[in-house]
Amino acid sequence: MTATAERRPATTIFRRPRSTTGFWAWITTADHKKIGIMYGYAAFIFFLVGGLEALLLRIQLSAADNTFLTAAEYNAAFTMHGTTMVFLFVMPISAAFINYLLPLMIGARDVAFPRMNALSWWIFLFAGIFLYSVLVFSDPAAPVGVEGVAGNLDPADNTVLGGMPDGGWFGYQPNAGPFYSPGTAMDYWALGVQFLGLASLISSVNFIVTIFNMRALGMRLLRMPVFVWMSLVVALLLLFSLPIIAIALFMVTFDRQFGSLFFVAEAGGDPILWQHLFWLFGHPEVYILILPAMGIVSEVLPVFSKKPLFGYAAVVFAGAAIAFLGFGVWAHHMFASGISPVAQAAFGLSTMTIAVPTGVKIFNWMGTMWGGRIKFTTPMLFAIGFVAMFVIGGLSGVTHAVVPSDWQQTDTYYIVAHFHYVLFGGSVFGIFSGLYYWFPKMTGRLLNEKLGKLNFWTMFTGFNLTFAPMHWLGLQGMVRRTAYYPPEAGFDFWNLVATVGAFIIAAGVLIFMFNWWRSKKHGEPSGIDPWDARTVEWTTPNPTPEYNFGVAPTVTGLDDFWHKKYAEDSEGRPVRRPEAEETLTDLMETGIDPPHPIHLPAPSYYPILLAAGIPLVGWGIIYHTSFVGKLLILVGVLVVASASFGWSMEPLEEPHDEHDDSDPLGGGYSSVEVDD
Amino acid sequence: MIWRHLGRLIRPLIRWGSLVALTVFGLAACSLVEIEDAPLTTFEPAGPFAERIDAVFWQVFWIAVVIFVVVEGGILLIVLLFRDREGRKDPRQIHGNNKLEITWTIIPALILTVIAVPTIQGVFDLTECGDDAMPVEIIGHQWWFEYRYPEHGIESASVLAMPIDREVCAYMTSADVLHNYWVPHLMGKRYLVPGQETTLRLQADEPAEYWGHCAEFCGLSHSLMRARVISMTQADFDAWVAEQQQYAVPPEPETPAEAGLRVFQEQGCTQCHTVDYGPDYQGTNLVADEFFNGPNLTHFASRSVFAGAILPREGQSWSDGLREWLANPPKVKPGSFMPNLDLTHQEIEDLIAWLDTLK
Repeated sequence: MTATAERRPATTIFRRPRSTTGFWAWITTADHKKIGIMYGYAAFIFFLVGGLEALLLRIQLSAADNTFLTAAEYNAAFTMHGTTMVFLFVMPISAAFINYLLPLMIGARDVAFPRMNALSWWIFLFAGIFLYSVLVFSDPAAPVGVEGVAGNLDPADNTVLGGMPDGGWFGYQPNAGPFYSPGTAMDYWALGVQFLGLASLISSVNFIVTIFNMRALGMRLLRMPVFVWMSLVVALLLLFSLPIIAIALFMVTFDRQFGSLFFVAEAGGDPILWQHLFWLFGHPEVYILILPAMGIVSEVLPVFSKKPLFGYAAVVFAGAAIAFLGFGVWAHHMFASGISPVAQAAFGLSTMTIAVPTGVKIFNWMGTMWGGRIKFTTPMLFAIGFVAMFVIGGLSGVTHAVVPSDWQQTDTYYIVAHFHYVLFGGSVFGIFSGLYYWFPKMTGRLLNEKLGKLNFWTMFTGFNLTFAPMHWLGLQGMVRRTAYYPPEAGFDFWNLVATVGAFIIAAGVLIFMFNWWRSKKHGEPSGIDPWDARTVEWTTPNPTPEYNFGVAPTVTGLDDFWHKKYAEDSEGRPVRRPEAEETLTDLMETGIDPPHPIHLPAPSYYPILLAAGIPLVGWGIIYHTSFVGKLLILVGVLVVASASFGWSMEPLEEPHDEHDDSDPLGGGYSSVEVDD
Repeated sequence: MIWRHLGRLIRPLIRWGSLVALTVFGLAACSLVEIEDAPLTTFEPAGPFAERIDAVFWQVFWIAVVIFVVVEGGILLIVLLFRDREGRKDPRQIHGNNKLEITWTIIPALILTVIAVPTIQGVFDLTECGDDAMPVEIIGHQWWFEYRYPEHGIESASVLAMPIDREVCAYMTSADVLHNYWVPHLMGKRYLVPGQETTLRLQADEPAEYWGHCAEFCGLSHSLMRARVISMTQADFDAWVAEQQQYAVPPEPETPAEAGLRVFQEQGCTQCHTVDYGPDYQGTNLVADEFFNGPNLTHFASRSVFAGAILPREGQSWSDGLREWLANPPKVKPGSFMPNLDLTHQEIEDLIAWLDTLK
């Protein structure tokens, strides 16, 4: 990137893009930080969309027999709320964190395959747009009921919003199949989720290879920060669980588009098979959503307790154990489905065992804070909030393993309460903790602490007001996914409370957005080490330079950065080394002004080009009976094929790029396997 | 500057806000003690199976409460004890403690073992129907439950009648999508799966009326697919069976009811609905298509609720409920397979008069 090619290389169609700033730099970038930032912003926008859908649901439920939404709109809103929050918010924002932080935390210049990284981001973005394009292309007057024997809809109920996918994020068959959801909406859902899975699959391979090959000198596996460990575990979970849902979604698309009969009971298909496939993916998915947040919390708690993580190895292995066990519990989503008592007992037991490693994590986090010097910064508040709320979600989770009890609670609001305690009180609090903690890494400034605390307390209050009453509503018999409840059911009061809570959460999110917008320009400059941190990513200036590290870091132990700053006295208390300030100044200087020229992965046009072909194929499949549809498939396939060809022919670097072979990070491409 | 002022304004707000939140939770705790009038509540088991589940629930609940108090109390204590204050020394750098970590791995494992015992016993005791149970077939439709009594040759809809102190074994399947049969007072849930048969045990102790609901998302009007169970003494149940086994009585000529029957025939309602006037009836046969059927209406007027147990609404009379339904079924139940037939006011009144004869 540092020099310009003199002539166009013969093997490529496009010259390597050269912009380092502005629009084209973002479009063609292969820089993990830029990709992480784009992932983050896009995910946050989808978070707002999913949140808006949640508010619509809450308004509808605030009173008995409310008519704010039609039944179709309500079903569409809860389907898209779930799909959006899982696939378009929590997963991609975790990808944002992993993208941005993983190379920094292991002391690398970039991920192993920078262009593939860009590819996964662009596929994600286009898949999200594809999924929501259903709003533009949907046919609100699409038939309802069984194809051929149509059900009847009051004409007033035909709305655009009601034309979104409405078979649930779980897409249970045969309701979401060709006969009972005859419109195109569920095709958008099946293909959209398919493409999102493809994006995640590509990332997962990339992250695994990066972690195994790109670690800095001395960064042994058991010296990696817990966040990196959790990223590795999540990547492995994705790698093994996504193929399952990919196949299941293909089966749905084939059922819907080409008349295969995988899930059609009348033709000998099996609707329960879909549930097994979906949850065999879906339960590991739950851990895919929570483990990155657990990683974040495991970084934040030690820093603000001024203590190392209690039982580092136990926390790491507990995370791996949760992931491993997570593949053997899926049928606890199906205790009411009529599976045999032996299967129910077995899956009940396996579900209970997951509580053990989860408990280990919680107790180790408490052990980390015990005896510490706890500073209540905003990231710490969110992290403590995470631990406290996750305990509640974990306890209600154990009650699901108690099978007879679950027969009463499954499919009620008790479940809704449970998984929001895990996914909001857990994942989202963890994500916010991370956003506050690593904001300086991205901008060189701190988020405002006062607004941050206000942000935390509004979200914490709103969260509990919204979801705590749902335990009670569920035990009182309120069934999930219902747009209406009769006044005499006795659900009014707590639903109203939950609705008020939801708006308080929304206020918290607005505070956060204001804080972000304001602090990006006017926040207090952070310096190199604003939190007195422990891990390698803070050994380079903020905002992170394009090349990450001026000089490749070498690591001599867990929490290497901390030990560069602190020694221990005879009692084991930390004593700041006299040379600590000098170390920081050195790091600052070499970070800003690297002693050697650094070679970086070059940007490329091909990732975005390849990704752009994929939604074309998607639209083509949905409208394949028409000429335009067939044309779209052809164009899409051609785009993907030619982009792949151009990609494979693209030289790794322009011929005249200067670079320094003495850089031990090898320019971000080749691996460095050095173990001291 | 502005932040300091804002802070001064906001801090008491937060303080009072948390106080209000705490009060609300206090109230919530109170309502836990006082059982509200919630007809779907899981806290009032009314038969041996639901009671068994309830017992397991409370065992686990109290264990969970103890863990909750210990862990959350621990977190609160740690956060208060070890918050950064003036003059606090930097903490000792403890990296872990194997004994402690093994302890808090083993203790949860032991607690879970304790919980596992009633869980597994419950699963095996509650799943398989008893040998002398009364069989009832439940068929799920979008969006109503159909009941068939194979021992008595009866068909019904929306309302399940059953004798008390006798186990009912429900053999269930679905005519379309997944449904889930749930009467919280009597038992937990079980799916109704197209092409498969599932079973569910039901039993009631006292004569009463219980609410039920379809618990699996089953399409557009899932929220309007409800159920009612009426438990009665064996004598009452026998009488009910005898009544249901009768054929319907044809209306007198020249009455509104007779006009209503004509509307029923002329509008093509017999495509889906059966009204069984018996082999001696001289009029047109009223037996619906076997494949695509709506509720059997032979004893329609004997059911307290209809249209998937959503009508009549609270405080609404039976005939007003019917007026609302017949005027525009898809408006009451979006996606309904009963179309809006644009019936005139007179036709609706005649239909109601006729339906009232189907005791």
